[in-house]
Amino acid sequence: MVDKQLMRGNEAIAESAIRAGCRNYFAYPITPQAELLQWMAVHMPEAEGGTFLQAESEIGAINMVYGAASAGERTMTSSSSPGVSLKQEGISYLAGADLPAVVVNIMRGGPGLGNIQPAQGDYFQATKGGGHGDYRIITLAPSTVPEASRLTYDAFDLADAYRTPVMILADGMIGQMMEPVELPERKPPEEIPPKPWATTGAKGREGNVIKSFALGGENLKAMNVARFERYEKIEEKEVRYEEVNTDNPDIILAAFGTVARIVKSTIRLAEEEGLEIGLFRPVTVWPFPAARLNELSAEVDTVLTVEMNAGQMVEDVKLAVRPETETPFYGEVGGVVPTPGNILEEVKKYV
Amino acid sequence: MREYSTVISGFGGQGVILAGKILARTGMERGLEVTWLPSYGPEMRGGTANCTAIISSKLIGSPIVDSPSALIAMNPPSLDKFETRVQENGLIVVNSSLVDEPKGRDNIKVVNVPLNEIAKEIGNQKVINMVALGAWAKFVEEISLQDVIKGMEMTLTDMGKERFIGSNREALEKGFGHAE
Repeated sequence: MVDKQLMRGNEAIAESAIRAGCRNYFAYPITPQAELLQWMAVHMPEAEGGTFLQAESEIGAINMVYGAASAGERTMTSSSSPGVSLKQEGISYLAGADLPAVVVNIMRGGPGLGNIQPAQGDYFQATKGGGHGDYRIITLAPSTVPEASRLTYDAFDLADAYRTPVMILADGMIGQMMEPVELPERKPPEEIPPKPWATTGAKGREGNVIKSFALGGENLKAMNVARFERYEKIEEKEVRYEEVNTDNPDIILAAFGTVARIVKSTIRLAEEEGLEIGLFRPVTVWPFPAARLNELSAEVDTVLTVEMNAGQMVEDVKLAVRPETETPFYGEVGGVVPTPGNILEEVKKYV
Repeated sequence: MREYSTVISGFGGQGVILAGKILARTGMERGLEVTWLPSYGPEMRGGTANCTAIISSKLIGSPIVDSPSALIAMNPPSLDKFETRVQENGLIVVNSSLVDEPKGRDNIKVVNVPLNEIAKEIGNQKVINMVALGAWAKFVEEISLQDVIKGMEMTLTDMGKERFIGSNREALEKGFGHAE
Protein backbone atom coordinates (compact mmCIF):
# COMPACT_ATOMS: atom_id res chain seq x y z
CA MET A 1 0.00 0.00 0.00
CA VAL A 2 1.43 3.30 -1.10
CA ASP A 3 1.60 5.91 1.61
CA LYS A 4 -0.87 8.37 0.07
CA GLN A 5 -2.30 11.09 2.24
CA LEU A 6 -4.95 13.69 1.57
CA MET A 7 -3.16 16.94 2.39
CA ARG A 8 -3.42 20.65 1.83
CA GLY A 9 -0.64 22.20 -0.23
CA ASN A 10 0.55 24.15 2.80
CA GLU A 11 0.77 20.95 4.85
CA ALA A 12 2.50 18.99 2.10
CA ILE A 13 5.14 21.70 1.69
CA ALA A 14 5.79 21.77 5.44
CA GLU A 15 6.06 17.99 5.83
CA SER A 16 8.24 17.65 2.73
CA ALA A 17 10.63 20.27 4.10
CA ILE A 18 10.97 18.27 7.32
CA ARG A 19 11.59 15.11 5.29
CA ALA A 20 14.23 16.94 3.24
CA GLY A 21 16.15 17.55 6.43
CA CYS A 22 14.96 21.06 7.31
CA ARG A 23 15.35 21.39 11.06
CA ASN A 24 15.11 25.15 11.44
CA TYR A 25 11.90 26.88 10.49
CA PHE A 26 11.10 30.48 11.31
CA ALA A 27 8.00 32.34 10.20
CA TYR A 28 5.20 34.71 11.03
CA PRO A 29 1.55 33.78 10.30
CA ILE A 30 -0.40 35.12 7.35
CA THR A 31 -3.35 33.88 5.29
CA PRO A 32 -3.42 31.88 2.99
CA GLN A 33 -0.22 30.29 4.25
CA ALA A 34 -1.15 29.76 7.92
CA GLU A 35 -1.53 25.95 7.78
CA LEU A 36 2.14 25.66 6.83
CA LEU A 37 3.11 27.35 10.08
CA GLN A 38 0.58 25.27 12.02
CA TRP A 39 1.95 22.01 10.61
CA MET A 40 5.48 23.07 11.50
CA ALA A 41 4.44 24.06 15.01
CA VAL A 42 3.12 20.53 15.62
CA HIS A 43 5.61 18.43 13.67
CA MET A 44 8.95 20.25 13.71
CA PRO A 45 9.48 19.64 17.44
CA GLU A 46 8.86 15.91 16.80
CA ALA A 47 11.75 15.80 14.30
CA GLU A 48 15.15 15.18 15.87
CA GLY A 49 16.88 18.50 16.44
CA GLY A 50 13.90 20.37 15.04
CA THR A 51 13.36 24.03 15.86
CA PHE A 52 10.08 25.79 15.21
CA LEU A 53 10.00 29.45 16.06
CA GLN A 54 7.22 31.92 15.43
CA ALA A 55 9.23 35.09 14.95
CA GLU A 56 8.17 38.57 16.01
CA SER A 57 7.86 39.55 12.36
CA GLU A 58 8.66 38.41 8.84
CA ILE A 59 11.88 40.43 9.01
CA GLY A 60 12.88 38.64 12.18
CA ALA A 61 12.14 35.27 10.58
CA ILE A 62 14.24 35.81 7.45
CA ASN A 63 17.19 36.97 9.52
CA MET A 64 16.91 33.88 11.72
CA VAL A 65 17.09 31.92 8.47
CA TYR A 66 20.29 33.82 7.66
CA GLY A 67 21.75 32.75 10.99
CA ALA A 68 20.76 29.10 10.70
CA ALA A 69 22.00 28.94 7.09
CA SER A 70 25.34 30.44 8.16
CA ALA A 71 25.68 27.61 10.67
CA GLY A 72 25.19 25.10 7.85
CA GLU A 73 21.64 24.08 8.77
CA ARG A 74 18.85 23.31 6.33
CA THR A 75 16.43 26.14 6.99
CA MET A 76 13.19 27.58 5.66
CA THR A 77 10.74 30.41 6.08
CA SER A 78 7.34 30.87 4.51
CA SER A 79 4.83 33.63 4.06
CA SER A 80 2.38 35.16 1.62
CA SER A 81 2.89 38.17 -0.63
CA PRO A 82 2.97 41.14 1.82
CA GLY A 83 5.10 39.10 4.19
CA VAL A 84 7.49 38.08 1.42
CA SER A 85 7.96 41.75 0.54
CA LEU A 86 9.13 42.29 4.10
CA LYS A 87 11.66 39.48 3.67
CA GLN A 88 13.24 40.91 0.53
CA GLU A 89 16.10 42.66 2.30
CA GLY A 90 16.98 39.39 3.98
CA ILE A 91 16.78 37.44 0.73
CA SER A 92 19.19 39.91 -0.89
CA TYR A 93 21.59 39.40 2.05
CA LEU A 94 21.27 35.61 1.75
CA ALA A 95 22.03 35.85 -1.97
CA GLY A 96 24.93 38.23 -1.30
CA ALA A 97 26.41 35.93 1.33
CA ASP A 98 25.87 32.84 -0.88
CA LEU A 99 23.70 31.12 1.71
CA PRO A 100 21.37 28.21 0.92
CA ALA A 101 17.83 28.55 2.24
CA VAL A 102 14.26 27.92 1.12
CA VAL A 103 11.63 30.65 1.05
CA VAL A 104 7.99 29.79 0.36
CA ASN A 105 5.60 32.37 -1.07
CA ILE A 106 1.92 31.36 -1.09
CA MET A 107 0.86 34.34 -3.20
CA ARG A 108 -2.29 36.36 -2.61
CA GLY A 109 -3.88 39.38 -4.24
CA GLY A 110 -1.95 42.64 -4.15
CA PRO A 111 -0.38 45.15 -4.23
CA GLY A 112 -0.26 46.40 -0.66
CA LEU A 113 -2.47 44.46 1.72
CA GLY A 114 -4.54 43.32 -1.28
CA ASN A 115 -6.72 40.40 -0.30
CA ILE A 116 -6.30 36.74 0.63
CA GLN A 117 -7.40 35.18 -2.65
CA PRO A 118 -4.99 33.33 -4.99
CA ALA A 119 -2.86 35.47 -7.32
CA GLN A 120 0.40 35.40 -9.26
CA GLY A 121 1.40 39.04 -8.92
CA ASP A 122 4.80 38.30 -7.37
CA TYR A 123 6.35 36.73 -10.48
CA PHE A 124 8.49 39.79 -11.18
CA GLN A 125 9.56 40.01 -7.55
CA ALA A 126 10.58 36.36 -7.44
CA THR A 127 12.29 36.01 -10.81
CA LYS A 128 13.92 39.39 -11.33
CA GLY A 129 15.53 39.78 -7.91
CA GLY A 130 13.00 41.16 -5.42
CA GLY A 131 15.53 42.84 -3.18
CA HIS A 132 18.32 45.29 -3.95
CA GLY A 133 21.52 44.46 -5.79
CA ASP A 134 22.16 42.13 -8.63
CA TYR A 135 21.08 38.56 -7.99
CA ARG A 136 18.71 35.77 -8.97
CA ILE A 137 17.13 32.99 -6.98
CA ILE A 138 16.03 29.62 -8.29
CA THR A 139 12.24 29.85 -8.36
CA LEU A 140 10.07 26.72 -8.50
CA ALA A 141 6.38 27.03 -9.37
CA PRO A 142 4.28 23.96 -8.46
CA SER A 143 0.87 23.45 -10.05
CA THR A 144 -0.39 20.59 -7.90
CA VAL A 145 -0.09 19.56 -4.27
CA PRO A 146 2.08 16.49 -5.06
CA GLU A 147 4.38 18.70 -7.10
CA ALA A 148 4.57 21.26 -4.30
CA SER A 149 5.76 18.42 -2.08
CA ARG A 150 8.36 17.18 -4.59
CA LEU A 151 9.70 20.63 -5.43
CA THR A 152 10.06 21.57 -1.77
CA TYR A 153 12.03 18.40 -1.19
CA ASP A 154 14.28 19.20 -4.17
CA ALA A 155 14.61 22.87 -3.23
CA PHE A 156 16.90 22.06 -0.31
CA ASP A 157 19.26 20.07 -2.54
CA LEU A 158 19.33 22.84 -5.14
CA ALA A 159 19.96 25.47 -2.46
CA ASP A 160 22.90 23.49 -1.07
CA ALA A 161 24.34 22.59 -4.48
CA TYR A 162 24.49 26.20 -5.67
CA ARG A 163 24.66 28.02 -2.34
CA THR A 164 21.64 30.13 -3.15
CA PRO A 165 18.21 30.86 -1.74
CA VAL A 166 15.48 28.91 -3.54
CA MET A 167 11.90 30.09 -3.67
CA ILE A 168 8.75 27.98 -3.87
CA LEU A 169 6.33 30.26 -5.71
CA ALA A 170 2.79 28.96 -5.23
CA ASP A 171 -0.52 30.68 -4.56
CA GLY A 172 -3.48 30.53 -2.22
CA MET A 173 -5.19 27.85 -4.27
CA ILE A 174 -2.24 25.43 -4.14
CA GLY A 175 -1.79 26.26 -0.45
CA GLN A 176 -5.44 25.70 0.49
CA MET A 177 -6.51 22.81 -1.71
CA MET A 178 -6.21 19.14 -0.79
CA GLU A 179 -4.96 16.38 -3.08
CA PRO A 180 -3.59 12.90 -2.42
CA VAL A 181 0.17 13.10 -1.91
CA GLU A 182 2.79 10.41 -1.83
CA LEU A 183 5.30 11.99 0.50
CA PRO A 184 9.03 11.54 -0.09
CA GLU A 185 11.08 9.40 2.27
CA ARG A 186 12.94 11.13 5.04
CA LYS A 187 16.39 12.04 3.79
CA PRO A 188 19.03 10.35 5.96
CA PRO A 189 21.34 13.00 7.49
CA GLU A 190 24.40 11.38 5.89
CA GLU A 191 22.95 12.12 2.45
CA ILE A 192 22.97 15.84 3.12
CA PRO A 193 26.28 17.17 1.76
CA PRO A 194 28.72 18.62 4.31
CA LYS A 195 29.20 22.40 4.33
CA PRO A 196 32.87 23.10 5.00
CA TRP A 197 32.22 26.82 4.55
CA ALA A 198 29.75 27.06 7.45
CA THR A 199 30.47 28.90 10.69
CA THR A 200 30.43 25.92 13.00
CA GLY A 201 33.29 26.89 15.35
CA ALA A 202 36.84 27.33 14.07
CA LYS A 203 38.67 25.10 16.52
CA GLY A 204 41.52 23.40 14.65
CA ARG A 205 40.89 25.16 11.34
CA GLU A 206 40.92 28.55 9.70
CA GLY A 207 37.85 30.61 10.56
CA ASN A 208 35.09 30.84 8.00
CA VAL A 209 33.64 34.22 7.20
CA ILE A 210 30.12 34.69 5.88
CA LYS A 211 29.13 38.15 4.72
CA SER A 212 27.67 40.03 1.81
CA PHE A 213 29.95 43.01 2.48
CA ALA A 214 33.13 43.73 0.51
CA LEU A 215 34.74 47.16 0.54
CA GLY A 216 36.58 48.11 -2.63
CA GLY A 217 35.29 47.67 -6.16
CA GLU A 218 37.46 44.73 -7.16
CA ASN A 219 36.59 42.59 -4.15
CA LEU A 220 32.86 42.91 -4.63
CA LYS A 221 33.26 42.47 -8.37
CA ALA A 222 35.03 39.15 -7.84
CA MET A 223 32.22 37.91 -5.55
CA ASN A 224 29.58 38.95 -8.05
CA VAL A 225 31.36 37.46 -11.04
CA ALA A 226 31.79 34.12 -9.26
CA ARG A 227 28.10 34.14 -8.35
CA PHE A 228 27.00 34.85 -11.89
CA GLU A 229 29.15 31.97 -13.09
CA ARG A 230 27.10 29.75 -10.79
CA TYR A 231 23.91 31.27 -12.20
CA GLU A 232 25.10 30.24 -15.68
CA LYS A 233 25.47 26.67 -14.48
CA ILE A 234 21.97 26.80 -13.00
CA GLU A 235 20.60 28.06 -16.32
CA GLU A 236 22.41 25.26 -18.09
CA LYS A 237 21.45 22.37 -15.81
CA GLU A 238 18.39 23.14 -13.74
CA VAL A 239 15.75 24.26 -16.22
CA ARG A 240 12.49 22.35 -15.74
CA TYR A 241 9.23 22.51 -17.64
CA GLU A 242 6.21 20.45 -18.60
CA GLU A 243 4.62 20.15 -22.03
CA VAL A 244 1.11 18.91 -22.71
CA ASN A 245 -0.29 18.29 -26.18
CA THR A 246 2.49 20.25 -27.88
CA ASP A 247 2.63 17.89 -30.84
CA ASN A 248 1.10 19.97 -33.63
CA PRO A 249 -1.42 22.10 -31.68
CA ASP A 250 -3.46 25.00 -33.08
CA ILE A 251 -2.12 27.33 -30.38
CA ILE A 252 0.23 27.08 -27.41
CA LEU A 253 -0.69 28.48 -24.01
CA ALA A 254 2.09 29.44 -21.62
CA ALA A 255 1.09 29.33 -17.96
CA PHE A 256 2.65 28.48 -14.61
CA GLY A 257 1.37 27.15 -11.29
CA THR A 258 -2.37 27.19 -10.63
CA VAL A 259 -3.25 28.65 -14.03
CA ALA A 260 -1.42 25.83 -15.81
CA ARG A 261 -3.59 23.20 -14.16
CA ILE A 262 -6.72 25.14 -15.11
CA VAL A 263 -5.41 25.22 -18.70
CA LYS A 264 -5.31 21.40 -18.58
CA SER A 265 -9.09 21.47 -18.12
CA THR A 266 -9.36 24.00 -20.95
CA ILE A 267 -7.46 21.57 -23.20
CA ARG A 268 -10.16 18.93 -22.60
CA LEU A 269 -12.99 21.41 -23.20
CA ALA A 270 -11.33 22.48 -26.45
CA GLU A 271 -10.87 18.90 -27.64
CA GLU A 272 -14.64 18.43 -27.49
CA GLU A 273 -14.87 21.27 -30.01
CA GLY A 274 -12.12 19.90 -32.21
CA LEU A 275 -9.57 22.49 -31.10
CA GLU A 276 -6.05 21.41 -30.13
CA ILE A 277 -4.44 23.49 -27.39
CA GLY A 278 -0.85 22.88 -26.30
CA LEU A 279 0.42 23.86 -22.86
CA PHE A 280 3.93 24.97 -22.04
CA ARG A 281 4.40 25.17 -18.29
CA PRO A 282 7.65 26.47 -16.83
CA VAL A 283 8.34 24.63 -13.56
CA THR A 284 11.45 26.74 -12.97
CA VAL A 285 10.26 30.27 -13.63
CA TRP A 286 13.87 31.25 -12.98
CA PRO A 287 15.77 29.90 -14.81
CA PHE A 288 13.08 30.40 -17.43
CA PRO A 289 12.96 27.57 -20.01
CA ALA A 290 13.50 29.97 -22.90
CA ALA A 291 15.35 27.65 -25.28
CA ARG A 292 12.59 25.04 -25.36
CA LEU A 293 9.86 27.65 -25.74
CA ASN A 294 11.80 29.13 -28.66
CA GLU A 295 11.79 25.74 -30.39
CA LEU A 296 8.09 25.20 -29.74
CA SER A 297 7.15 28.63 -31.01
CA ALA A 298 8.24 27.56 -34.48
CA GLU A 299 5.27 25.16 -34.55
CA VAL A 300 2.50 27.72 -34.00
CA ASP A 301 1.53 31.28 -34.94
CA THR A 302 0.48 32.24 -31.43
CA VAL A 303 1.70 31.66 -27.88
CA LEU A 304 -1.00 32.98 -25.52
CA THR A 305 0.23 33.62 -21.99
CA VAL A 306 -2.33 33.26 -19.20
CA GLU A 307 -1.60 34.46 -15.67
CA MET A 308 -3.33 35.66 -12.53
CA ASN A 309 -1.71 39.10 -12.83
CA ALA A 310 -1.68 41.97 -15.32
CA GLY A 311 1.10 40.47 -17.45
CA GLN A 312 4.43 39.42 -15.94
CA MET A 313 5.68 36.07 -17.23
CA VAL A 314 4.48 37.20 -20.67
CA GLU A 315 7.61 39.37 -20.82
CA ASP A 316 9.83 36.28 -20.53
CA VAL A 317 7.66 34.55 -23.12
CA LYS A 318 8.17 37.47 -25.54
CA LEU A 319 11.93 37.29 -25.05
CA ALA A 320 11.93 33.54 -25.64
CA VAL A 321 9.76 33.04 -28.74
CA ARG A 322 10.68 33.72 -32.38
CA PRO A 323 10.28 37.28 -33.66
CA GLU A 324 7.30 36.37 -35.84
CA THR A 325 5.33 34.63 -33.04
CA GLU A 326 2.23 36.47 -31.82
CA THR A 327 2.27 36.81 -28.02
CA PRO A 328 -1.12 37.94 -26.69
CA PHE A 329 -1.89 37.93 -22.98
CA TYR A 330 -4.91 37.07 -20.85
CA GLY A 331 -4.85 37.80 -17.14
CA GLU A 332 -7.16 37.98 -14.16
CA VAL A 333 -6.17 40.24 -11.28
CA GLY A 334 -7.21 41.02 -7.73
CA GLY A 335 -7.44 37.41 -6.61
CA VAL A 336 -9.87 36.36 -9.36
CA VAL A 337 -9.15 32.86 -10.67
CA PRO A 338 -9.93 32.25 -14.35
CA THR A 339 -12.11 29.22 -15.11
CA PRO A 340 -11.44 26.70 -17.90
CA GLY A 341 -14.33 28.30 -19.81
CA ASN A 342 -12.91 31.84 -19.46
CA ILE A 343 -9.61 30.68 -20.93
CA LEU A 344 -11.29 28.83 -23.81
CA GLU A 345 -13.21 31.98 -24.75
CA GLU A 346 -9.94 33.87 -24.88
CA VAL A 347 -8.28 31.16 -27.00
CA LYS A 348 -11.08 31.43 -29.56
CA LYS A 349 -10.04 35.01 -30.30
CA TYR A 350 -6.83 33.71 -31.83
CA VAL A 351 -7.66 30.44 -33.61
CA MET B 1 -15.58 7.67 -13.80
CA ARG B 2 -16.12 10.98 -15.52
CA GLU B 3 -15.18 14.06 -13.55
CA TYR B 4 -17.81 14.45 -10.83
CA SER B 5 -17.76 17.76 -8.96
CA THR B 6 -19.79 18.52 -5.86
CA VAL B 7 -20.23 21.91 -4.23
CA ILE B 8 -21.21 21.68 -0.58
CA SER B 9 -22.43 24.91 0.90
CA GLY B 10 -24.00 26.03 4.14
CA PHE B 11 -23.68 28.08 7.32
CA GLY B 12 -20.40 27.97 9.16
CA GLY B 13 -20.82 25.12 11.68
CA GLN B 14 -22.98 22.90 9.43
CA GLY B 15 -19.95 20.78 8.60
CA VAL B 16 -19.59 21.61 4.92
CA ILE B 17 -15.79 21.64 5.02
CA LEU B 18 -15.61 18.24 6.72
CA ALA B 19 -18.23 16.77 4.39
CA GLY B 20 -16.09 17.83 1.42
CA LYS B 21 -12.99 16.28 2.93
CA ILE B 22 -14.88 13.04 3.48
CA LEU B 23 -16.00 13.02 -0.16
CA ALA B 24 -12.42 13.55 -1.30
CA ARG B 25 -11.20 10.81 1.02
CA THR B 26 -13.92 8.50 -0.30
CA GLY B 27 -12.67 9.00 -3.84
CA MET B 28 -9.05 8.59 -2.83
CA GLU B 29 -9.75 5.30 -1.05
CA ARG B 30 -11.41 4.10 -4.25
CA GLY B 31 -8.12 4.81 -6.05
CA LEU B 32 -9.58 7.77 -7.95
CA GLU B 33 -8.14 11.23 -8.50
CA VAL B 34 -9.55 13.85 -6.13
CA THR B 35 -9.27 17.52 -5.28
CA TRP B 36 -10.82 19.48 -2.45
CA LEU B 37 -10.87 23.26 -2.37
CA PRO B 38 -12.44 25.34 0.41
CA SER B 39 -13.69 28.87 0.07
CA TYR B 40 -11.50 30.71 2.53
CA GLY B 41 -12.59 34.30 2.11
CA PRO B 42 -13.49 36.42 5.11
CA GLU B 43 -16.97 35.59 6.39
CA MET B 44 -19.05 37.06 9.17
CA ARG B 45 -20.40 34.76 11.84
CA GLY B 46 -23.39 32.93 10.40
CA GLY B 47 -22.11 33.55 6.88
CA THR B 48 -21.94 30.94 4.17
CA ALA B 49 -19.00 28.59 3.71
CA ASN B 50 -18.53 26.26 0.78
CA CYS B 51 -16.10 23.79 -0.68
CA THR B 52 -15.72 21.90 -3.93
CA ALA B 53 -14.78 18.21 -4.04
CA ILE B 54 -13.98 16.62 -7.39
CA ILE B 55 -13.67 12.89 -8.02
CA SER B 56 -12.45 11.55 -11.35
CA SER B 57 -10.69 8.60 -12.92
CA LYS B 58 -8.51 11.05 -14.86
CA LEU B 59 -6.09 13.69 -13.59
CA ILE B 60 -8.07 16.72 -12.45
CA GLY B 61 -7.13 20.04 -14.01
CA SER B 62 -8.97 22.88 -12.38
CA PRO B 63 -10.17 22.36 -8.79
CA ILE B 64 -12.64 25.19 -9.47
CA VAL B 65 -15.58 24.42 -11.75
CA ASP B 66 -17.91 26.72 -13.65
CA SER B 67 -20.79 24.30 -13.25
CA PRO B 68 -20.70 21.47 -10.72
CA SER B 69 -22.27 18.05 -11.24
CA ALA B 70 -23.97 18.30 -7.85
CA LEU B 71 -24.85 20.83 -5.19
CA ILE B 72 -25.58 20.16 -1.54
CA ALA B 73 -27.39 23.26 -0.28
CA MET B 74 -27.63 23.26 3.49
CA ASN B 75 -29.08 26.78 3.85
CA PRO B 76 -31.09 29.26 1.71
CA PRO B 77 -28.19 31.51 0.55
CA SER B 78 -26.35 28.43 -0.74
CA LEU B 79 -29.20 27.50 -3.02
CA ASP B 80 -29.50 31.10 -4.26
CA LYS B 81 -25.81 31.26 -5.02
CA PHE B 82 -25.22 27.94 -6.77
CA GLU B 83 -28.58 26.64 -8.07
CA THR B 84 -28.28 28.10 -11.56
CA ARG B 85 -24.72 26.85 -11.97
CA VAL B 86 -25.50 23.14 -11.59
CA GLN B 87 -24.98 21.15 -14.81
CA GLU B 88 -27.89 19.92 -16.88
CA ASN B 89 -29.04 16.55 -15.54
CA GLY B 90 -27.17 17.39 -12.37
CA LEU B 91 -28.17 16.81 -8.75
CA ILE B 92 -29.22 19.18 -5.99
CA VAL B 93 -29.60 17.93 -2.43
CA VAL B 94 -31.62 20.51 -0.53
CA ASN B 95 -31.91 20.81 3.23
CA SER B 96 -35.68 21.06 3.30
CA SER B 97 -35.59 21.82 7.04
CA LEU B 98 -34.36 25.32 6.17
CA VAL B 99 -34.73 25.78 2.42
CA ASP B 100 -37.87 26.04 0.29
CA GLU B 101 -38.06 23.62 -2.61
CA PRO B 102 -36.28 25.11 -5.62
CA LYS B 103 -38.43 25.83 -8.65
CA GLY B 104 -37.73 26.73 -12.22
CA ARG B 105 -35.41 23.98 -13.42
CA ASP B 106 -36.84 20.72 -14.70
CA ASN B 107 -33.62 19.18 -16.01
CA ILE B 108 -32.16 18.78 -12.53
CA LYS B 109 -32.73 16.00 -10.01
CA VAL B 110 -33.76 17.71 -6.79
CA VAL B 111 -33.70 15.71 -3.58
CA ASN B 112 -35.38 17.33 -0.59
CA VAL B 113 -34.17 15.97 2.72
CA PRO B 114 -35.08 17.44 6.13
CA LEU B 115 -31.49 17.26 7.38
CA ASN B 116 -32.10 18.97 10.72
CA GLU B 117 -35.09 16.79 11.66
CA ILE B 118 -33.26 13.59 10.75
CA ALA B 119 -30.20 14.67 12.72
CA LYS B 120 -32.49 15.42 15.65
CA GLU B 121 -33.89 11.88 15.49
CA ILE B 122 -30.34 10.57 15.64
CA GLY B 123 -29.78 12.83 18.62
CA ASN B 124 -26.83 14.80 17.23
CA GLN B 125 -27.32 18.03 15.26
CA LYS B 126 -23.71 17.88 14.08
CA VAL B 127 -24.37 14.96 11.74
CA ILE B 128 -26.59 16.88 9.31
CA ASN B 129 -23.70 16.96 6.86
CA MET B 130 -23.58 13.15 6.80
CA VAL B 131 -27.34 12.91 6.31
CA ALA B 132 -26.80 15.06 3.21
CA LEU B 133 -23.90 12.91 1.96
CA GLY B 134 -26.01 9.79 2.40
CA ALA B 135 -28.68 11.28 0.13
CA TRP B 136 -25.99 12.35 -2.36
CA ALA B 137 -24.58 8.80 -2.50
CA LYS B 138 -27.95 7.39 -3.56
CA PHE B 139 -27.83 9.32 -6.85
CA VAL B 140 -24.16 9.11 -7.74
CA GLU B 141 -23.82 5.88 -9.64
CA GLU B 142 -20.10 5.37 -9.30
CA ILE B 143 -19.91 5.93 -5.54
CA SER B 144 -21.75 3.63 -3.15
CA LEU B 145 -22.99 4.29 0.35
CA GLN B 146 -20.38 1.81 1.58
CA ASP B 147 -17.64 3.86 -0.09
CA VAL B 148 -18.76 7.01 1.73
CA ILE B 149 -19.04 5.17 5.04
CA LYS B 150 -15.46 4.01 4.61
CA GLY B 151 -14.28 7.53 3.69
CA MET B 152 -16.04 8.90 6.78
CA GLU B 153 -14.57 6.23 9.06
CA MET B 154 -11.04 6.83 7.83
CA THR B 155 -11.34 10.60 8.05
CA LEU B 156 -12.73 10.55 11.60
CA THR B 157 -10.14 7.97 12.66
CA ASP B 158 -7.31 10.20 11.40
CA MET B 159 -8.83 13.08 13.37
CA GLY B 160 -8.92 10.96 16.53
CA LYS B 161 -12.73 11.11 16.59
CA GLU B 162 -13.56 7.43 16.29
CA ARG B 163 -16.22 7.78 18.96
CA PHE B 164 -18.44 9.69 16.51
CA ILE B 165 -18.29 7.03 13.79
CA GLY B 166 -21.49 5.31 14.98
CA SER B 167 -23.73 8.40 14.84
CA ASN B 168 -22.19 9.49 11.54
CA ARG B 169 -22.79 6.06 10.00
CA GLU B 170 -26.40 6.18 11.16
CA ALA B 171 -26.72 9.63 9.58
CA LEU B 172 -25.32 8.44 6.24
CA GLU B 173 -27.69 5.45 6.24
CA LYS B 174 -30.74 7.53 7.16
CA GLY B 175 -29.94 10.14 4.51
CA PHE B 176 -29.56 7.39 1.92
CA GLY B 177 -32.78 5.73 3.03
CA HIS B 178 -34.77 8.96 3.06
CA ALA B 179 -33.68 10.24 -0.33
CA GLU B 180 -35.98 9.73 -3.31
